[in-house]
Amino acid sequence: MSKELIRLVNCRMAFDNEVILNDINLYINDKEFLTLLGPSGCGKTTTLRIIGGFLTPTSGDVLFEGVRINDVPPHKRRVNTVFQRYALFPHLDVYENIAFGLRLKKLPEKEIDARVTEMLEVVSLKGFQNRSVSSLSGGQQQRVAIARALVLRPEVLLLDEPLGALDLRLRKDMQQELKRIQQQMGITFIYVTHDQEEALAMSDTVVVMNEGIIQQIGSPEAIYNEPKNAFVADFIGESNILDGIMRADRCVEIFGRRFACVDSGFAPNEPVDVVIRPEDVDIVPPDAGHLCGDVTSVTFKGMNYDIIVDFAGFKWLIQTSDYCPVGAHIGIRIEPDGIHVMKKSVYSGMFGDYSSYSAEYDEINDPDADLGEEVFDPGDGEVVK
Amino acid sequence: MKRTALAAPYLVWMGLFTIIPLCIVFYFAFTDSVTGSFTLINLLSIGNYIPIFLRSIWLALVSTVICFVLAYPVAWFIAGCSPLKRRFLYMLVMLPMCMSFLLRTLAWVALLEDTGILNQIIGLLGISPLPMIRTDGAVILGMVYNYLPYMILPLYSVLLKIDHRLIEAAQDLGCSHAQVLRRVIFPLSVPGIVSGFTMVFVPAVSTFYISQKMGSSGTTLIGDVIESQFKAAYNPNLGAALSLILMVMVFICVAIMNRFSHDGGEEVITL
Repeated sequence: MSKELIRLVNCRMAFDNEVILNDINLYINDKEFLTLLGPSGCGKTTTLRIIGGFLTPTSGDVLFEGVRINDVPPHKRRVNTVFQRYALFPHLDVYENIAFGLRLKKLPEKEIDARVTEMLEVVSLKGFQNRSVSSLSGGQQQRVAIARALVLRPEVLLLDEPLGALDLRLRKDMQQELKRIQQQMGITFIYVTHDQEEALAMSDTVVVMNEGIIQQIGSPEAIYNEPKNAFVADFIGESNILDGIMRADRCVEIFGRRFACVDSGFAPNEPVDVVIRPEDVDIVPPDAGHLCGDVTSVTFKGMNYDIIVDFAGFKWLIQTSDYCPVGAHIGIRIEPDGIHVMKKSVYSGMFGDYSSYSAEYDEINDPDADLGEEVFDPGDGEVVK
Repeated sequence: MKRTALAAPYLVWMGLFTIIPLCIVFYFAFTDSVTGSFTLINLLSIGNYIPIFLRSIWLALVSTVICFVLAYPVAWFIAGCSPLKRRFLYMLVMLPMCMSFLLRTLAWVALLEDTGILNQIIGLLGISPLPMIRTDGAVILGMVYNYLPYMILPLYSVLLKIDHRLIEAAQDLGCSHAQVLRRVIFPLSVPGIVSGFTMVFVPAVSTFYISQKMGSSGTTLIGDVIESQFKAAYNPNLGAALSLILMVMVFICVAIMNRFSHDGGEEVITL
């Protein structure tokens, strides 16, 4: 397939003893759309800045086509960056912003003009060349920033939360637009975002990061369907994460009941985390269900209802198109491929409990409230009916 | 309206002490000192003072340029410091302005004069006293010393506001450090440069105290001439005419400088 372009080897970044990146290893292929995804402070922007040359890792190497580039300054790297909030030059108009890098290369005026005109077309800004950048809307400024970087024909384009300042509608349009530009130009995009939907929609490869550590690398489908640990399962989409015990290959025990699943390769009776996506749960009459529970809250979301169902004190989020009133006693069924089993990790028990999602939200956040049986205690390992 | 009411004290002040005096200057400039009748003599006599005007402009311009060359790196340095260090350095820049302008100039006289501190020190080394005072150089030194903070402060505030990401963006697009300065930082600091030039040039071109104390009869500036018309020659009409001409020239200089900042986005102090 495509060749490897960039590799980070044991990259570590620390400021005043605070570790921002903890020995990251990552390779990026040519023409790939790779997204660094994670909550703020996870080290994704730091990783991008190391690739761009604005930071030098405390230890470890950055390789570009196999050559170490740790000490190569930004202006000598074959990568360009689209900055958060664009960083357009306010003293130059649209045309001169895009031509900025070309002028530095001292290209003939004719070629500069041809390439700027071409880029204006790529980013759909024909006719805007003489506008001042401050007169443009956020989406237009965004396009100028992309054109300014792409006109230099970099091998890699780094994008640091480029859509963060745009409203939802414009974001969706620009996501399509960016994907189109990436395919049209045939270059590598490294994209930083905290928006998991954006990452899933655009990427070939998603790198999920948290606390300076890469949690998982994979295709959007793999990341969603086969999360490696509770953090990834919770950060990407909605997940009910339960404690389970692997009784045998393709058989997992949850709440003392055995369920058929598609996972194997665990030790017999190994404690595991079980992910059940809210959309993989079928609602059935109580007597036909694998489990029975009581609906405690219903939220209409347009496409579906988000309902919270209480199973022995542990609350699940279920997405269904069938309306179930609060207080209804319902049964659920889960198909084997709706169950995903993960190894225990440091994140076990920290995510995937929807107790705080319910109407009793305020009560649960009130430290004086008597929580009784309401909160699932991850320390017990399991709750048996 | 409420706004007018709140501004009233200063509006009255401006009327009393800016507009009315300006009218008086006009009146005197166009009247004869003896008969009080309308005359253009005062304004036409400017021909005698052209060399002094030119010298004033020249010395003020040289001082302004020196101020700029000294101030720009300092302002850039301070703007790049940590907030605590920045406040401290800012205070150091401001500090001389807290002391009397006259006192500071007299201190320079004490340093530079033929029997002054510097000449005493080099005398100890067996070197004969150097003529430092009463030269153009001494006048320029006095101007640079006194007006330097007025150059540093506007440059500092405009440099402080430059978004660091613009510098990174420029580097990313292929700028070396020198090119970042020339293509991004410098153009973006034009408003600060223009107001720095204005704030130094305007007082420097009309100064009289510095040239009186640190200059010689050969370095008489237009400010000295104007002062002497009022205090020694008792010809306020000529003094008013020279003031008027100086004012017009300053206006022209400021207008030319403002042209450089065209639509730099920032408001520039205009006089």
